[in-house]
Amino acid sequence: MSLKLKALLKSPWVFHLSTGSCNNCDIETLDCLTPRFDIERFGMLLVGSIKHADVLLVTGSCNRMSVERMKALWEQVPKPCLVVAIGTCAGSRGIFKDSYNCPVPLDQIIPVDVYIPGCPPKPEAIIAGAVKLIEKVGSTL
Amino acid sequence: MTREEVLLDFTSRFHEDILDLYDKSRSRVYVTITPESILRIGTYLFRNVGARFNIASGTDMPPNIEILYHFIVEDINLLISLRVLLDREDPVIDSLGRDIEAMNWIEREMSELLGITFTGHPDPRRLLLADNWPEGVYPLRQDYEEWDETADRTRGI
Amino acid sequence: MMGRTIIPIGPYHPLQEEPEFFTLTVEGETVVDIDVRIGYNHRGIEKLSELKTFENSTFVIERICGICSTSHPFAYTRAVEDVFPMEVPIRAKYIRTIIAEGERIHSHLLWLGLAGHFIGYNTVYMWAWKLREEILDVLEILSGNRNNYAMFKPGGVRRDIKAGDIPVCLKKIDSILPTLDMLKKAVLDDPVLHARLKGVGVMTYQEAIDFSALGPTSRASGVARDVRKDSPYGAYQEMEWDMIVTQNGDVFDKAVVRILEMFESAKIMKYCLNNLPDGEIDANIMDVPPGEGIGHIEAPRGETFHYVKSDGTNRPVRHKVRAPTFMNLPTYKATVQGETISDATIILAAIDPCYCCTERIAVKDPRGRLLYNGKDLVQLSREKTEKMKRRMGVR
Repeated sequence: MSLKLKALLKSPWVFHLSTGSCNNCDIETLDCLTPRFDIERFGMLLVGSIKHADVLLVTGSCNRMSVERMKALWEQVPKPCLVVAIGTCAGSRGIFKDSYNCPVPLDQIIPVDVYIPGCPPKPEAIIAGAVKLIEKVGSTL
Repeated sequence: MTREEVLLDFTSRFHEDILDLYDKSRSRVYVTITPESILRIGTYLFRNVGARFNIASGTDMPPNIEILYHFIVEDINLLISLRVLLDREDPVIDSLGRDIEAMNWIEREMSELLGITFTGHPDPRRLLLADNWPEGVYPLRQDYEEWDETADRTRGI
Repeated sequence: MMGRTIIPIGPYHPLQEEPEFFTLTVEGETVVDIDVRIGYNHRGIEKLSELKTFENSTFVIERICGICSTSHPFAYTRAVEDVFPMEVPIRAKYIRTIIAEGERIHSHLLWLGLAGHFIGYNTVYMWAWKLREEILDVLEILSGNRNNYAMFKPGGVRRDIKAGDIPVCLKKIDSILPTLDMLKKAVLDDPVLHARLKGVGVMTYQEAIDFSALGPTSRASGVARDVRKDSPYGAYQEMEWDMIVTQNGDVFDKAVVRILEMFESAKIMKYCLNNLPDGEIDANIMDVPPGEGIGHIEAPRGETFHYVKSDGTNRPVRHKVRAPTFMNLPTYKATVQGETISDATIILAAIDPCYCCTERIAVKDPRGRLLYNGKDLVQLSREKTEKMKRRMGVR
């Protein structure tokens, strides 16, 4: 397991999953790829299929319909896989805590490794979160 | 046509169906009509007057359920809202979505969130709620209560 | 009869306000039917808003959509003000207009970049998003945040614009105009883009009327419909600006409308910053009387409509929200049918509802075997562009 994790940290490929967000976190995540922030220089790449992913970026407040899809995707993802909760919604559902369509927070559904708070977190915060994730996992090896 | 001409033509044509007309401001008019006449009046506004359909909004106002159909006549900047009052126990109204494509989705939305039946709707499937949402539970009704026992409403992270 | 194949697209579309699940039915390469299932993003905001006070609702409303985080509060505050009815101070109107137009520029640039990405012009994607950062900087200077500006409140705005910030913002706006102009020429004069996008996904004038299509989607079909002109609000009637209307209704015209609109928005923003009147920024409304109010404004994607019903307490009894995509999305029925799969992605993107859907597209044959995934479909779209380039001798 630790060899796999070590290999994974060299260039973590990320898959992005929105579970009923307002798109802000999603756009800021994409913004990290564009010229000003350019997270690809650290070897991170946004991939189109969950089967290629090492890291799952989850945004949004987990609504009833997307939770089912998220569980299905979590079963398909090759382990080990790290989970990053981007934004306040993914962290604690924030303002949508009492919504009839958002019954449970993300960390009660799948294990979360890193929380990046903010509404939305700035690209700098997302990059800092990614670095912390790599440091955290790297130190356990 | 000017604002006065449009309103005069509208009221003279449908004077039997209009229960109340509230001229709120230069660009807002609220008209209460009988539920039976919605098909005629809605189609007339959309096809003949050339109004654009904004949206419909349903409200649970015990003992009634109220639907407002908002139309805007863009040339004269007049927003006409047709108000229909339905019986809360058995809210049924004719579907406008059958003839007017723009009303298809909002009627689907109202039927699942408020439990209004639109007779003759071409595609009465769910639009927003999940497939495992129980039948007969309408979240926008005033007496909606949490049905899901697994739901967690604490703040903990 | 040729065999039919069903293509599920979705449901995750992480970029836009409404994730949808499309089912395309295709015969060979031609799309014959399309169906949509939405609800992956339904958070019950209308119900939540009824639990908050009028002032607090603004923050929930802002989080309906990240890209429209001005449009929804703008429409909502106008709906609350319409309950009275009342006017906000003139300075507040100007500040609202500045923020709304800044949002329009960044939203259109975002769309332009992703549209370029889908047809294989990644350079356009990177250029457009790089330019967008400058506009986000302006908004950050004015409001303190890149998105979710929290500038609006019923009766006015929450934050004033400092006189010292205005020259910095004007300079930033001026600095993006030459690059924007270059981008415009690169897109509008490119023969490959003409060949690739003209006549694709056409929506006729009549269809735009029947679907009550809104914003750039309708204006590209020759329907001169713009809330800023039809029912003036904010500071829009104070200055000269043009409504961009084109006639063909295809993907190319939708791009043209959006690109030209950015210049108009920059013009409006500059006028407002240069002529910002002095005075109060907030009317300090205390109690909202019983009654009903409607607020509608022109968001980047079309008209945003809010209806508020008050019973004299400090909370709305009913708050109805209608985003422009709710009306624009069903027009797929008119535009996608009869087109090929390789064009479906760009037509789906042309209305500006969801881009990333293509990353989750999977084409299955009737036995459920996976034929293409999302990447392959973007690939198909790009290969078509390449083929055209070769045929036209462009390198």
